[in-house]
Amino acid sequence: MAGEIDLDVGYVARLARLNLSGEETQLFQKQLSDVLHYAGKLKEIDVSGIEPTAHAVAVFNVFREDEPRPCFTAEEALANAPRKANNLFIVPKVVE
Amino acid sequence: MTTADLPRLTISELRSLLRRREISPRQALEALDHRIEAVDGRIGAYLSRDLKAALNEADEVDVSLPLGGVPIAIKDIINVKDQPCTCGSKILRGYRAPYDATAVKRLRAAGAIPFGKTNLDEFAMGSSTENSSAQLTRNPWDLSRVPGGSSGGSAAAVAAGEAFGALGTDTGGSIRQPAALSGVVGVKPTYGRVSRFGLTAFASSLDQVGPLGRTVSDAALMMNAIAGHDPCDATCLNQPVPDYTANLDRDLRGVRLGLPREYMVEGVDAAVKDAVDAAVKHFGSLGAEVIEVSLPHTEYSISVYYILATAEASANLARFDGVRYGYRAENPSDLLQFYGRTREEGFGPEVKRRIILGTYVLSSGYYDAYYLRAQKVRELIRRDFAAAFEKVDALVSPTSPTAAFKIGEKTADPLQMYLADIFTNAANLAGICGISLPCGFAMVENGRRLPIGLQLLGKALDEARIFQIAHAFEQTTEWHKSSPSLDDQPLIAG
Repeated sequence: MAGEIDLDVGYVARLARLNLSGEETQLFQKQLSDVLHYAGKLKEIDVSGIEPTAHAVAVFNVFREDEPRPCFTAEEALANAPRKANNLFIVPKVVE
Repeated sequence: MTTADLPRLTISELRSLLRRREISPRQALEALDHRIEAVDGRIGAYLSRDLKAALNEADEVDVSLPLGGVPIAIKDIINVKDQPCTCGSKILRGYRAPYDATAVKRLRAAGAIPFGKTNLDEFAMGSSTENSSAQLTRNPWDLSRVPGGSSGGSAAAVAAGEAFGALGTDTGGSIRQPAALSGVVGVKPTYGRVSRFGLTAFASSLDQVGPLGRTVSDAALMMNAIAGHDPCDATCLNQPVPDYTANLDRDLRGVRLGLPREYMVEGVDAAVKDAVDAAVKHFGSLGAEVIEVSLPHTEYSISVYYILATAEASANLARFDGVRYGYRAENPSDLLQFYGRTREEGFGPEVKRRIILGTYVLSSGYYDAYYLRAQKVRELIRRDFAAAFEKVDALVSPTSPTAAFKIGEKTADPLQMYLADIFTNAANLAGICGISLPCGFAMVENGRRLPIGLQLLGKALDEARIFQIAHAFEQTTEWHKSSPSLDDQPLIAG
């Protein structure tokens, strides 16, 4: 990981559904390469046999009763919609 | 005392006046609103506030409750029903929260009045509050400097007497670091101690809601209200909540404090080092035993943090797609452009950088080298703390390697900004609790003094202990009694 950084910001931005200007792409390429170089330090450590930690305070099997509870009305759920009609979110046509 | 002095009271002092009915909750709120009107043009701590809604609550509130009638400011990433919640982002401009976060609901149940939403780095990503899409927040001690971040609005409001107390959030230091730079008390609870329900998620395995106040006992009072189990957050711990104010006056005899040798490294300002050295001596004089301990993986914590936090952020921020709420780009040519342009136009540069980094470390071919390896090193960092806490009750360190830096000083170099979190983010990786409290001042060239923060870290669910140690320090020092003067600081344009 240290040494050559083969981050392709343009490609990753497409994966993230995030358009970037040419200027931003260039700037992030440089800045994030610096960050990844710095993170290259992690390669020094022997992690064989170490279990990855996803949560520091692990909690397993959290269940609750499957009971109906009050929830948003359609009107409340749509209150922040950029576009809405007939109790629905309106989005551009996706399939022809 | 006149009503103009009210906003400078601690929560405990305000509570006494309210309970004795010497003032009404309405008077307290109006006095606070006047103070905000008078100074927030210079500080920029608040993004919005709804005096009318708050006054309605004030007129109904039961002043016998633990926080009855106390206005509390809320970082603008925590939902307060019917109030804006912008997360400091253009993508949520105009958004109104349809429900209360659990922490807010609990504050209300304790009689507090959520009043005002405070500025932050966009989606809590930053260490200076300069990443807010809305406005700058200035440090009340020196208006040419940052208040820290990302809970910079909350910290500056408490420091400037514009809030009695506030909620912030801490993912890698975002409560403790601004508390240090603004000269107030800030608490990062144990992961899972406070519900995250209603908090807009940044990095779900690291985020915690916590209080900022002018004294340790004020912070403890707020913690009493917000801590506890919540079925709406599956990571919220189902453990009893002690009264955090109950044993604050216990002395420090027999308490063992650890000084991590890796935390006294190059790059720590001389004034910060001197203040922390003096604090350590002071703990000794209070009867605590201070020993050196080692956290050998400290130098890796920034790397681990920025890999894991950005990975989680890239997934969490996928929800901002312009469909159900928030900003939507006009007239996209197709669906990909609908998403791509909405996110391009809605997010600021730091959020974009972190989405790119997080997407990269999770992407095929890089997952094992970055994300999985970082999770393994996270385990080693967790073990470092577990081993240290076998020997000591709490760890002592600077909160931040420097006092408040100048506005604009670090914005061009993200890595330098990330290094501001060097002493704070390991606590989030390990899930333990921490507090920052004032322990000195650094003098700067323009003759102003900048607060220095002392960090205490405790083991998981040991908040009561770090409150007690912090309180003992605070009650035998004068640092918390200083407040910044705005009279000699005119408005800075821009």
